[in-house]
Amino acid sequence: MLYHVNIEITLKPTVMDAQGTTIERALHKMGHESVSNVRIGKFVTMEIEACCEDTAKSMADEMCVELLANQVIEQFDIQVTSLEVAA
Amino acid sequence: MKFGVVVFPGSNCDADCHHAIATVTGMEVRDVWHEDTDISDLDCVILPGGFSYGDYLRCGAVARFSPVMKSVVEHAAMGKYVVGICNGFQVLTEAGLLPGALYRNDHLQFICKPQYLRIERVDLPFTHFYEAKQVVSFPIAHGEGRYFADAETLKKLEDNNQIVFRYCDAAGNVTADENPNGSLNNIAGICNERGNVLGMMPHPERVCDRLLGGTDGKKLFKSLVESLHIQAISMRGLR
Repeated sequence: MLYHVNIEITLKPTVMDAQGTTIERALHKMGHESVSNVRIGKFVTMEIEACCEDTAKSMADEMCVELLANQVIEQFDIQVTSLEVAA
Repeated sequence: MKFGVVVFPGSNCDADCHHAIATVTGMEVRDVWHEDTDISDLDCVILPGGFSYGDYLRCGAVARFSPVMKSVVEHAAMGKYVVGICNGFQVLTEAGLLPGALYRNDHLQFICKPQYLRIERVDLPFTHFYEAKQVVSFPIAHGEGRYFADAETLKKLEDNNQIVFRYCDAAGNVTADENPNGSLNNIAGICNERGNVLGMMPHPERVCDRLLGGTDGKKLFKSLVESLHIQAISMRGLR
């Protein structure tokens, strides 16, 4: 089965996000004063051929732990969707 | 006694390191291509500054998977010396040879300027020619040099005396005003628990020649050579 995987990587809430803070300030200047807690992250998208959704998810998890995210400063979220309609 | 300078695609301080070490120490230095795996002839490995793999994903994240890094990890495990400078420090944290992480400077700007540092440890193979709490000036040049570690790791680093360099003023005062990038506890460089792996954001290789504005970095490389001499003598004694 082919799966579409979306991975969102953001700085942990305990890590100060200088980009997020700067952009938040710019948004306030635009007039959006109600905006708060802006965080900037990375978005990785890929397709994975795997036997089932759980396997695809655990493969993506390993990729995040080993390479895509640095867990000293970052957290990640994985979303898996099937690209094939079940027969 | 031999030094090796690792060259990743995107390294740009490798030639400076090579030149500085060869000139200051008179020792043999060879460049190590990142695909090489045999570094058994080396006594000290330098991971130089630059932008390995274009800093893609995170600084140092991809370099960690270069074939040479497995050998560098083994080299360190044997107690041999490893020095990571700037991008090299980032590679060492990504490879797990040093704790913590380096990320975007708090002001988001790339900084390139001379910076005062206080030397916190002078009992290390890298620093024993310096005086305790000596203030030196090394250039810094980075966009992502902000040192971070969780509270527990940071406490461990402080308790174990693993902080080697801190950003300070000319008189050696470690203050928030002198912190160029938002690093926790003004950390500019740390070592591992064993004391044979050093990572630092400032560039000692850029202050080894009066023509370049300073010579404060010379003692780092001289310390290393002296340490290697002592190591070689004690090894001979053991045989």
